[in-house]
Amino acid sequence: MTKALTLALSLVSAPAWADWQINMNEGVTALSREIFDLHMLIFWICVVIGVAVFGVMFYSIFKFRKSKGAVSEHWHENTTVEVVWTVIPSIILIAMAIPATATLMDMYDTSEADVEIQVTGYQWKWRYQYLDEDIDYFSNLATPREEIANEASKNPNYLLEVDNPLVIPANKKVRFLITSNDVIHSWWVPNFAVKKDAIPGFINESWVKVEQPGVYRGQCTELCGKEHGFMPVVVEVKAEADYEQWVADQKAIKLAMAGEASKEFSMDELIAQGEGVYKMACAGCHQPNGQGIPGAFPAITGSTIATGEMDTHIDIIVNGKSGTAMQAFKEQLSAVDIAAVVTYQRNALGNSVGDFIQPSAIQK
Amino acid sequence: MATVDVDLPHVKDEDPHHHGPAKGLGRWLYTTNHKDIGSMYLIFSLCMFMIGGTMALIIRAELFQPGLQLVEPNFFNQMTTMHGLIMVFGAVMPAFVGLANWMIPMQVGAPDMALPRMNNWSFWILPFAFLILLSSLFMPGGAPNFGWTFYAPLSTTYAPESVTFFIFGVHIMGASSIMGAINIIATILNMRAPGMTLLKMPLFVWTWLITAFLLIAVMPVLAGVVTMMLMDIHFGTSFFNAAGGGDPVLFQHVFWFFGHPEVYIMILPAFGIISEIIPTFARKRLFGYASMVYAVASIALLSFVVWAHHMFTVGMPLVGEVFFMFATMLIAVPTGVKVFNWVATMFRGSLTFETPMLFALAFVVLFTIGGFSGLMLAIAPADFQYHDTYFVVAHFHYVLVPGAIFSIMAATYYWLPKWTGHQLNETMGKIHFWLSFVGVNITFFPMHFVGLAGMPRRIPDYALQFADFNSMASVGAFIFGFSQLVFIYNVIQNVRVGEKATAQVWEGAQGLEWTLPSPAPYHTFSTPPEVK
Repeated sequence: MTKALTLALSLVSAPAWADWQINMNEGVTALSREIFDLHMLIFWICVVIGVAVFGVMFYSIFKFRKSKGAVSEHWHENTTVEVVWTVIPSIILIAMAIPATATLMDMYDTSEADVEIQVTGYQWKWRYQYLDEDIDYFSNLATPREEIANEASKNPNYLLEVDNPLVIPANKKVRFLITSNDVIHSWWVPNFAVKKDAIPGFINESWVKVEQPGVYRGQCTELCGKEHGFMPVVVEVKAEADYEQWVADQKAIKLAMAGEASKEFSMDELIAQGEGVYKMACAGCHQPNGQGIPGAFPAITGSTIATGEMDTHIDIIVNGKSGTAMQAFKEQLSAVDIAAVVTYQRNALGNSVGDFIQPSAIQK
Repeated sequence: MATVDVDLPHVKDEDPHHHGPAKGLGRWLYTTNHKDIGSMYLIFSLCMFMIGGTMALIIRAELFQPGLQLVEPNFFNQMTTMHGLIMVFGAVMPAFVGLANWMIPMQVGAPDMALPRMNNWSFWILPFAFLILLSSLFMPGGAPNFGWTFYAPLSTTYAPESVTFFIFGVHIMGASSIMGAINIIATILNMRAPGMTLLKMPLFVWTWLITAFLLIAVMPVLAGVVTMMLMDIHFGTSFFNAAGGGDPVLFQHVFWFFGHPEVYIMILPAFGIISEIIPTFARKRLFGYASMVYAVASIALLSFVVWAHHMFTVGMPLVGEVFFMFATMLIAVPTGVKVFNWVATMFRGSLTFETPMLFALAFVVLFTIGGFSGLMLAIAPADFQYHDTYFVVAHFHYVLVPGAIFSIMAATYYWLPKWTGHQLNETMGKIHFWLSFVGVNITFFPMHFVGLAGMPRRIPDYALQFADFNSMASVGAFIFGFSQLVFIYNVIQNVRVGEKATAQVWEGAQGLEWTLPSPAPYHTFSTPPEVK
């Protein structure tokens, strides 16, 4: 009933979203504009051929009707015509392939990059590691589950927002080294015309040089499992000075985090923090209520692990379980977050083991 | 097709030792008659079309608005996967095999297929393959959810347990297709009536001959790739597992080496059908018969060297990208020749617009639009923007729905009077056509737009800027889906009642099948006709 009601409500509010974009974005880099021009060129070639072919076809349909007394003629081949309409398309195609090849060569030229970033796909988030700086973090979907479930109204960046965007400097050549930790993903930012598959065991390369600072949004474009539709890419391009400041800030934050891990927390503090971590990192599979999906993802509620030995419980979160979708969270979550989520899982979601653990006791 | 002059001494009185069909269920279980088997293939395909279509409507209902309304993402992925598998292997391919069974013996003047018992077997294993596949929906963990292209390692290490049943099902389908293909080749090469040289064969026969060779070449590759998956899942090998030294991209190479010829398996017989129908209703011989045959043959050959255009973003070396871009663009040349030939056939003809012709004309226009988007996708640099977006979804649905499916409907309307002996109800046929035509375009045309605007495929929920065109596509999908009930009504009504059809049926129809009475007797051409 409530489902029907939300559906009916969402129908009424539909016109507010009007956006009738019908073409590709030109994008914000020299390369993306080059690709856009190729796209328009081949499009217009198709239009011209289409007008000619359909023109003759519709002319025939209207002119040579039996009901208008048309009598069919008897010819049924003409070598000259047939050679002409084989050769002309071939020439058009070769003419088209030359600029396309030139653009491809530009796309493949990843040399002389100023900044290098490793992009790793995880089910269902991205990890960004700056190879020249000591910066390494994960980027998760930030859209609240309530908006997805139609329980809250959707914000303009619905499904295209993350907690930690990738930050890159403007007017610098940034080289991406793209790989994956589990299944194949694909990292795409339409405005950069950068799309590259993230494949476990392979490192693919791509590059971008953005002129204007701004926020650019994209999505994973290779089916990667249940939450494939919920792993956006957000890139924040900053002017060079702002970028330098950001790099410095990141290092300061990292130091502060390390201090945090040695603090003492109360059980309530841990549970409160753990709820947020659970929603972000666990609820996708194990579900917000901890019930899991039978046959696919086990429940947390009443689970032998989450209500059993504390060490086993910590171990599966820290190291994951190979051969399953349960990944190792040691790189993704801080010691505080791991302690918090372990405590939360043991004392919420219908479980009440009653114990808790300090971040300082988490061995990563 | 060359004009066929026929001596036809023996159609009306068959040998008294020939008997009619057996009674009851046994007729269908044990039959070796090409007409019975053809009917069973067609009915099976129609059932699968409705099941796969229902799944498509579940997908479109969920995508009607942003947000998750009806299904959860994992089930959504099961729906996209099963929809693709069922439509490709359950609806389109068996429908063409059914048409081949019915028409090829009649078009080449043979009494039946060359290997009638194998024919029975190749049909009867199919329902079991799909029962196995569909039963996975009720298994713990659900049905396959990794897309109809089942890329490893999502389909191996990370797959639901039902993947093993999926592999078994695919093996059975492959066996069925290979047997069907062998049968068709044997029939065409050995059982043509005296005087029917290869270059006098109707184009439907020609396209099927070439399609059958494609099937024999690539179905074992499909069987190979699913067997490698099976080994990875159960026997500890690491073909596609990077952690064990394997290569996930190898999967894609092997899959698409099957997959691209597969695409042509689903369209070449359609070319044949359209090349039969347009001359009939233009009352003019097909323009460029020989170049049609050569075009089909070159498309088939090229289909083996273009597979990696599905993989432009996997990080191939530059030379690989360039090679596959050039090879793919080349396919546009013979495909263009076919379209030009159809249009030239209509030019200075004497056209009428009965239902089969309407579907054929819609095929030419809409398939060509699908061809244009295919040409755009071939441009490798631009493909980085199109790849795995709704632009691709729009492209392949344009070639498969108003392409392959419309040709199957055109063929059904065209030959139905020959099968049932009743004239078509043109009014109902036209209602079905116009509803389908409008529905198909409302569904798939907006997908070009959302794809270019940046909407990835296979997502159960999307950003707000894609909302309007998605609602539109969903409305179109329901129009198209429900208008198929008119098609089913038409066929059933035609079987039951209708004005008696003549042998000729269509004024301009040429070919051996039209020399037989309508309905075609249970056994035909027991004595071969003489083709001059």
